[in-house]
Amino acid sequence: MTGWPLLLESLPRVQRDRLFTLADERDFSAGSTLFDEGGIADRFWLIRSGEVALDVYVPGRRAQVVETLGPRQQLGWSWIFPPYRWHLGARALGAVRTWEFPAAEVRELCMADTELGYELMLRCAALIADRLQATRLRLLDLYTPHGSVPS
Amino acid sequence: MTTVPLPYRVTAVSEETADCVSLEVTPVGRALPEFSPGRFAMVYAFGVGEVPISVSAIRDGHRLVHTVRAIGAVTGALCRLRAGDAVGLRGPYGIGWDLDAAAGSDVLVVAGGIGLAPLRPVVRHVLNHPGHYGRLHVLIGARTPADLLFGGELEHWRRASAQVEVTVDRPGPGWCGSVGVVTTLLDRADWRPARTTALICGPEVMIRHTARALLARGLPAHRLQVSLERNMRCGTGHCGHCQLGPLLLCRDGPVVGYDRTRSLLAVREL
Repeated sequence: MTGWPLLLESLPRVQRDRLFTLADERDFSAGSTLFDEGGIADRFWLIRSGEVALDVYVPGRRAQVVETLGPRQQLGWSWIFPPYRWHLGARALGAVRTWEFPAAEVRELCMADTELGYELMLRCAALIADRLQATRLRLLDLYTPHGSVPS
Repeated sequence: MTTVPLPYRVTAVSEETADCVSLEVTPVGRALPEFSPGRFAMVYAFGVGEVPISVSAIRDGHRLVHTVRAIGAVTGALCRLRAGDAVGLRGPYGIGWDLDAAAGSDVLVVAGGIGLAPLRPVVRHVLNHPGHYGRLHVLIGARTPADLLFGGELEHWRRASAQVEVTVDRPGPGWCGSVGVVTTLLDRADWRPARTTALICGPEVMIRHTARALLARGLPAHRLQVSLERNMRCGTGHCGHCQLGPLLLCRDGPVVGYDRTRSLLAVREL
């Protein structure tokens, strides 16, 4: 583990630097909203510190947290595919430090530098696959009591 | 080792969650041989039946703590016991955690649900032997915040230098911690795959996915121990209920090296 955000781990330095020319440091205070479900996904973040809760709006109830993201993790992948709308909402659970990337410019960079674009998309696809798998595992309700087993 | 239950007395009961209790039991007369972390006893609720339960604490050698979740007739009866009640115990059975193999390395404990119970003695052992092990990470997954075991103890572990991370599947009001499966914690904890011995206990599907995730991050299979759960009845390797391929888990487990079980866990019929 390098301490780099997972999206950038083992990415050649030249490509990492190229991507970072587009990044801004951006901090969020506790409780602030990073984006709302259905909003335009025009950026994404790599979390440097702090925790972000992803939630789903349920009518008549408060937003339900479905996952939290923390340091080294990528916040947001809806910016990759049209119609570029957030699937979930995101709130800062405490003070959160990030690198913020503008989606359109990153997509343009990926088109211009297809080698970097390919690497980046592979990593984003792996991230999406991980989250899909985690969601499926949770659907199993893993920790429900079952069977006669040593506890 | 005796195959006849010895009488023990319940000396303390702690309600851990709505359906889990920890029973501290003390021998009435002769005590069973000393337990080590990861080994289990067949605990007999008189007139109801017996179940295999790992030790969740070992006090003064012969006072044992078993953490039981009420999921059936026997465990339900055990969870209704009160201080002063009698139980029968036989054991110790099985093979426990190989803590000698972890000496000198960092220790990563990954627990799902009640799987934290057999790992609690490991955490305490590592914390009680500073200098013998490297860093200690404890990653815990629970269904809800209310299902989290040993909640009051986790802060002690943190104060004693363990890095403890908890995640839940379903957060309730007021929960400010992580939400998601326990594998999501692997990328947030600052653990070093090349220097770590990992110990996993939880539902088998959780073990399988956690093991894969650990190996994908560079942990060698021989540095990974898992505690497997099958239907244990006799505890002595005779009845065959707990068979997993060539292993009888009550005798050859419940703790087994992942390098031995990796292929077995991938066979659907086992």
